[in-house]
Amino acid sequence: MANEYFTRMGDGQRIYMTKENIMEDLEAGCADASELGKIPELSGDELDKLAEIVMLPDVFVSVAPGMEVPLTQDGGTIRIDADQGNSGTGIPASRMIGCMMHERAFCQDTIELGHIDYSFKPVKPIISHECQAMEILQQNTIVPLFYGAMPNMGLYYTPDGPYPNPADLMRNFKIKEAQESMENSAEHLIRDMVWIMQKMMSSGTDGVNFDTTAAAGDGDFYATLHAAEILRKEFPEMYIEVGMAGESILGMHGEMEYDGKIIAGLWPHEQAPLVAKAGANVFGPVCNTNTSKSFAWNLGRAVTFTKAAVIQSPIPCHVNMGMGVGGVPMLETPPIDAVTRANKAMVEVAGVDGI
Amino acid sequence: MPIAHVLASGMKGLRTGGDLVARMQFSKNMRLKEAKEYVAKKVGVDVIELTDEHVMREVREELNIGVLTSVTKSAKGIAAKMNIEKVLDIKINSCEKFRDQLP
Repeated sequence: MANEYFTRMGDGQRIYMTKENIMEDLEAGCADASELGKIPELSGDELDKLAEIVMLPDVFVSVAPGMEVPLTQDGGTIRIDADQGNSGTGIPASRMIGCMMHERAFCQDTIELGHIDYSFKPVKPIISHECQAMEILQQNTIVPLFYGAMPNMGLYYTPDGPYPNPADLMRNFKIKEAQESMENSAEHLIRDMVWIMQKMMSSGTDGVNFDTTAAAGDGDFYATLHAAEILRKEFPEMYIEVGMAGESILGMHGEMEYDGKIIAGLWPHEQAPLVAKAGANVFGPVCNTNTSKSFAWNLGRAVTFTKAAVIQSPIPCHVNMGMGVGGVPMLETPPIDAVTRANKAMVEVAGVDGI
Repeated sequence: MPIAHVLASGMKGLRTGGDLVARMQFSKNMRLKEAKEYVAKKVGVDVIELTDEHVMREVREELNIGVLTSVTKSAKGIAAKMNIEKVLDIKINSCEKFRDQLP
């Protein structure tokens, strides 16, 4: 083991690798992203820098002084008292206390309020409650405070919503009907997201974080882009962040377009210009973690995808680095050694504007 | 995990000047370098000092734009944000809504 370095698999398992094996995996991950996205590979110096980060001897690593970046989040503040099925810690606090703890105890650069389900649809029946919480929090906090939620278009399909389930329709070869259901769901979702954010803006929110966008595929992304466009026209000063669910837009519909471009199958560097065109201020690119590959393979791949998005994006990029994305291993409590190495790599090699 | 990110590369919010840089990214679409330079100029520090607690604690107290700890008579909440509006030359929605409620 003398010439081997302690590192991780994509599922977080502890492994040991030689420098040669680490370099091979970094190169392979990078090549995979390059081939899929038709984007440039990282340079030799950049791959060497990634290897250096992977092989650092410390448990916890950090960026060089002066390279720090602002952080946004996706529901972190509601995880203090969230339930067992929602990555929560179960501390009997409240969402508002969670926000203030993140601001004053955890030193977050931004915070956000969100429904415990963290989706837009269930906010509608309790909108007054959410507006009240936002007003109180805005009076008592200083850092930018967003309203965060997932578009989560899947909630609009039966049995949870009013529209026929496209998966059931496609299973019966009713492709046109499935597409129509997605189109109707997308229009409904746009109306809901705009209405909720109009209420939240009247209650003083700094803006919105559309999180886990496109989780339900291209219709989900289509709806989010249009909602952002409508909100930007109505609120020129509103803060809008669009963070993605996955690295590629799933073509559930397959023919939906935005700005004359088919949105199914777009990679992060292609998503960024559309998000900017819709009027967002910040884009959150995603690269998914492969649990069967090493941390080095996933890091090489994630940094390659993210660097391309940062270059192509007209707006700041805050890369997603939660569980199972951005090179971070896929488990609910990802090892801190891997989290901080991925963090340092994204800032110092991919050149992100934030995380 | 969020704390790991904060410590590894975060600007550390109210502890330094992270919230101010974030505001410029969101209110003016500024990329990281531009946002840091803008804020540093507005608060009168070098860019590298934006994440230096020793410098920024004093700056935040002098400008009365809110500090991490609860200090008597220092601006908090909406009052601190109204001072941030002036320092950064931006409008903040919650401050606008608060002003709308004043006579």
